[in-house]
Amino acid sequence: MMKKFLVSVSLVFAFMNVAQANLEIVITEGVDSARPVGVVPFVWQGHGDVPLDLAKVVADDLRRSGKFNPVAISDMPQTPQSIEQIDYEAWAALGVEAVLTGKVEALEAGKFKVSYTLVDVLRGQVTAGNKQELKDGQLVTSQDHILLDRFKSVARAQLRQMSHLISDGVYQSLTGERGAFLTRIAYVVVNNEATYPYQLRIADYDGHNEKTLLRSQEPLMSPSWSPDGRQLAYVSFENRTAEIYVQDIYTSQRTKLTSFSGINGAPEWSPDGSKIALVLSKDGQPDIYVIEVASKKLKRITKNRRIDTEPTWLPSGNDLLFSSERGGKPQIYKVNLDTNKINRVTWEGEMNLGGSVTPDGSALVMVSRVNGQYRIARQDFDTGYVQVLTRTQLDESPTIAPNGSMIMYSTVAGGRQVLALVSMDGRFKATLPAKEGSVRAPAWSPFLN
Amino acid sequence: MQFERVVKTIFLGLAFAGLAACSSNNTSDSDVSETDKAGGETVIIEDTTNDETAGGVEVGSVDPVLSAEEEERQKAAELRQSQVVYFEFDRSDIGGEYAEILEAHASYLRDNPSVSVLIEGHTDEKGTPEYNIALGERRGKAVSKYLQSLGVLASQISIVSYGEEKPVDNSHTEAAMAKNRRAVLVY
Repeated sequence: MMKKFLVSVSLVFAFMNVAQANLEIVITEGVDSARPVGVVPFVWQGHGDVPLDLAKVVADDLRRSGKFNPVAISDMPQTPQSIEQIDYEAWAALGVEAVLTGKVEALEAGKFKVSYTLVDVLRGQVTAGNKQELKDGQLVTSQDHILLDRFKSVARAQLRQMSHLISDGVYQSLTGERGAFLTRIAYVVVNNEATYPYQLRIADYDGHNEKTLLRSQEPLMSPSWSPDGRQLAYVSFENRTAEIYVQDIYTSQRTKLTSFSGINGAPEWSPDGSKIALVLSKDGQPDIYVIEVASKKLKRITKNRRIDTEPTWLPSGNDLLFSSERGGKPQIYKVNLDTNKINRVTWEGEMNLGGSVTPDGSALVMVSRVNGQYRIARQDFDTGYVQVLTRTQLDESPTIAPNGSMIMYSTVAGGRQVLALVSMDGRFKATLPAKEGSVRAPAWSPFLN
Repeated sequence: MQFERVVKTIFLGLAFAGLAACSSNNTSDSDVSETDKAGGETVIIEDTTNDETAGGVEVGSVDPVLSAEEEERQKAAELRQSQVVYFEFDRSDIGGEYAEILEAHASYLRDNPSVSVLIEGHTDEKGTPEYNIALGERRGKAVSKYLQSLGVLASQISIVSYGEEKPVDNSHTEAAMAKNRRAVLVY
């Protein structure tokens, strides 16, 4: 009765480009207190059209962080070409705290030199960039209003990445926190009209540069990034049973990690990259296991006659959180990998599951059922305080940006499953409507730079 | 179902009457009208086009009489057309309304020990994908256990849980979700 399924999966060897960005971030709820910044259009020195509007990419990045409100070009008091031309008074009058200017120069061999400068408007206003001060007994002009002044030469194809790198710099300079704009997301697109309805894809965090890594006639689930951002572990049903695979995203090299009888699910890479936590039901009920990636040595972590699933690592790598029905409805528990001691972590809400820990280890993000609705919630470990962050429908699969600022998850909007964003404080919200199919199982990459 | 059985019984009765009529007249070159009088609506006249010119013979036939076993077998085959068991939200217990269907599958599998069945467990989209994989497996196991309690060998059964990954109805409504909470028997 089990037929052989010959061509149920198609590994995409060269990255398959999707013509247009399938996903586009649409902000649905901004933050009133977002800080105004000036991102002035970059000067273009070359022939023909400018290859990419870098300032627009940077402004979009900053706006989507929920922390900044870039001034619209039409509202700018001026568009200075260099910092010497900046009218600090005019920008200060708009409440703008920093201005970014930049320049793109065409070089030989299709390369571009991108230079950019970020200035502090308040300091610029005070010193006008001409403050004289004594340094090593010499009177010098102080440049203390310049927050960033950098340049880099890149190929045309890297101009977008370059823009995200600039955004990272601006964000870090103004918030003290690392930016997460040069990151990727992995997700599963389901399109029942297609020959291969299930597709594992990756894209830049903002939906651009979408590539397909694997297409299958059977479901694909639960992608998880290796901490070096090079590999994905995921579940594939291509052989009409659940199996866990590991795939190198650059070489397409793909290996089967586990194929035990029953469930092989919820792979989650350890912080040091040497192990993967997973769920197997080979010994009866679904339980948590840890496998060493290199040796495939398997260790059973939980043993319970009810469902244990969705393991996720604490940043230390010594503890796992997991969802369990051992107390009735699913709640989140913590297990120490040395002692196997188990503690219940969540107590509020009808059920809590699908947990994921913030990069600093201070809070848990999870799916919480409140009044029958499935929402994304955050629980602070110190205080136990729980905040429901979303108001969308059927929320699931939360994944946290590597700087801890934002959560991506999947939800149902307009009768379709789509990805959505919510800031860690719940004040900023956006959706990522797709041009085709339903989109699920997002996984945010680690920092890639 | 009950109505159909009554109709079938009447049908059989008429067929018997027709057969009797035929046999009683088989020595004479009877014409169609005689068998008709004897309740011949149920007699199937195979070839009435050339009966006058082809030697005056007319051949009739009747449906075979169903034995009790055959009738049982047919009914079981019909029941086995139903291959889906639906579940309540977040539950994996099997409703009493599926007893007859599952007995039909069990009896077929008992009689054919070389045949095996794959039970697919499915869920609605509430909750998380991996939790639903676990729930789908529990539904598959519930059906497996049920069939085993009716004498099906464990070796004849395999289970795969697709969780919420393969909905039959993708409209995200409560009605759609009820259709998606299911176990499917696949031969």
